Amino acid sequence: MNESLLIELTVFVLAAFVGIEVISKVPTMLHTPLMSGTNAIHGVVIVGAILVAGSHHGALTTVVGTIAVAFGASNVIGGFLVTDRMLEMFRKRPEAGASDQGGDTG
Amino acid sequence: MSRTDAIGAAYLVCAILFIIGLRRLSSPATARSGNRLAAVGMAIAIAATLFDERVLSFGWIVVGAIAGGVAGAVGARKVKMTAMPQMVALFNGVGGGAAALVALADYHDTVGLPGHVEVRIIASILFSAVVGAVSFSGSMIAFGKLQEVISGAPTVVPGQRFVTGALAAVVAVLCVILGTGHESQALLAVTMAIALVLGIQMVMAIGGADMPVVISLLNAFTGLATASTGFVLSNNVLIISGTLVGASGTLLTQMMGRAMNRTITNVVFGAFGTGGGAAAAVGAGAVDGQVRATTAEDVAVMLAYARRVVIVPGYGLAVAQAQHNVRELADQLERRGVDVRYAIHPVAGRMPGHMNVLLAEADVPYPQLFEMDDINPEFPRTDVSLVIGANDVVNPAAQNTPGSPIYGMPILKVHESAAIVVLKRSMNTGFAGIENELFYDPKTSMLFGDAKASVASLTTAVKAV
Repeated sequence: MNESLLIELTVFVLAAFVGIEVISKVPTMLHTPLMSGTNAIHGVVIVGAILVAGSHHGALTTVVGTIAVAFGASNVIGGFLVTDRMLEMFRKRPEAGASDQGGDTG
Repeated sequence: MSRTDAIGAAYLVCAILFIIGLRRLSSPATARSGNRLAAVGMAIAIAATLFDERVLSFGWIVVGAIAGGVAGAVGARKVKMTAMPQMVALFNGVGGGAAALVALADYHDTVGLPGHVEVRIIASILFSAVVGAVSFSGSMIAFGKLQEVISGAPTVVPGQRFVTGALAAVVAVLCVILGTGHESQALLAVTMAIALVLGIQMVMAIGGADMPVVISLLNAFTGLATASTGFVLSNNVLIISGTLVGASGTLLTQMMGRAMNRTITNVVFGAFGTGGGAAAAVGAGAVDGQVRATTAEDVAVMLAYARRVVIVPGYGLAVAQAQHNVRELADQLERRGVDVRYAIHPVAGRMPGHMNVLLAEADVPYPQLFEMDDINPEFPRTDVSLVIGANDVVNPAAQNTPGSPIYGMPILKVHESAAIVVLKRSMNTGFAGIENELFYDPKTSMLFGDAKASVASLTTAVKAV
């Protein structure tokens, strides 16, 4: 086993622990935005797609790379936008208004 | 600092922003900024990659990015909140597809080089290619089922488990052949094609009600495929982010499985709904007693003079898009001094927490939303439980009937409240196809009709009380 693989495996294992640690604190009410947000994050594979599409390794590679960039871009942009739309709804309603009205008619 | 070092540093910043972003997703107050931080991190990673020496031209990158970016942005802007799960499935699928395609291109480049290719590179390529392909085709089927383009019912071929197992075994054997020195792009293409079929085959056999678990699982798959791409490219940001998603997807899948009292293997291989059919027929005969139908006016009086009303929203509410009407009804009741709470089962709706998103869309303040464990002790002190389009998650059989397919599933104990009103389209059984004894409880009355129309007439009736 060479050294760089060992370092990469270390990063992998530590990232798994960080992932579990961070995610286990998210309440159920936020699980859908969480799923959608992590969904956007794995769109980072676009980095690999860019390296393929931008290299000059022949037509096949360029075609495959371009499709991969398109896939990755829609994953990233769509994912973050949809998550933002969901989270926009979790703003607080003005509490005062609701309870005042309750007092008037109740 | 060399260019490579600078890019590496940018990737590190990106990884940190992803982790902080996810951390901030744990509270509604900070969640939105968390998502934006992650987006900034993504922008940094993409920008840094464009400076990589291996990127020789930008033309095709721009073409791909614009095509995909516009499609993603339009989809994300236009989608209705109720259609969110299939949108997530779609984005997940293209992510998996991207990972698979990158693997294919990497393989093409690698085998063209003279000399021996390291086993770890080949192994990582194969993993991304296969898992990415399964995630792509599986997500597309999940999208189709949720969008109701294809039937939500489990479609099982004869010998389902054998076929799935055989396909998986063929893929594994081909991977071993490819991994042990046999270099062939055609063979990799064949392997990926079989992996695509495997994804379709697996998800077709799973019922529409289980799609949330499937999407979560496939989300984890795409994450791991991304991490594996990171091993191919020796790119730490791909390894870190892919692994974060893999870990979170796995954890979420487990949580959802627990909420439905099922294991992941049971979801993937169980073909629930067909197996449950026989048990449901038996169960239907066992339930006796009468169903009491009621009118909106009667229910309005009950609600208006109650001290505490707990609303249990279910999938039926999501389908009818009745969340805004429910909020109006709750507002009316609150004005009369009724204590209104919402009881959210972990798997209400079509994704975990989907119901929270729908209610948040309707401006329901989130302090009124109670999770199952918090609200269950409150049911004995509740005057009326209003069950809107929920069925299996309030079925007492999960506690009382050891033979029931859902026995052991944690439920909302609405049967402990003083009165129960169930809003339901008809007497059809829920997704699990199981008779619900709650409907025959003498304390229960049924208000039949479309959830949206029923809630609207309730609101009118409450105003008139």
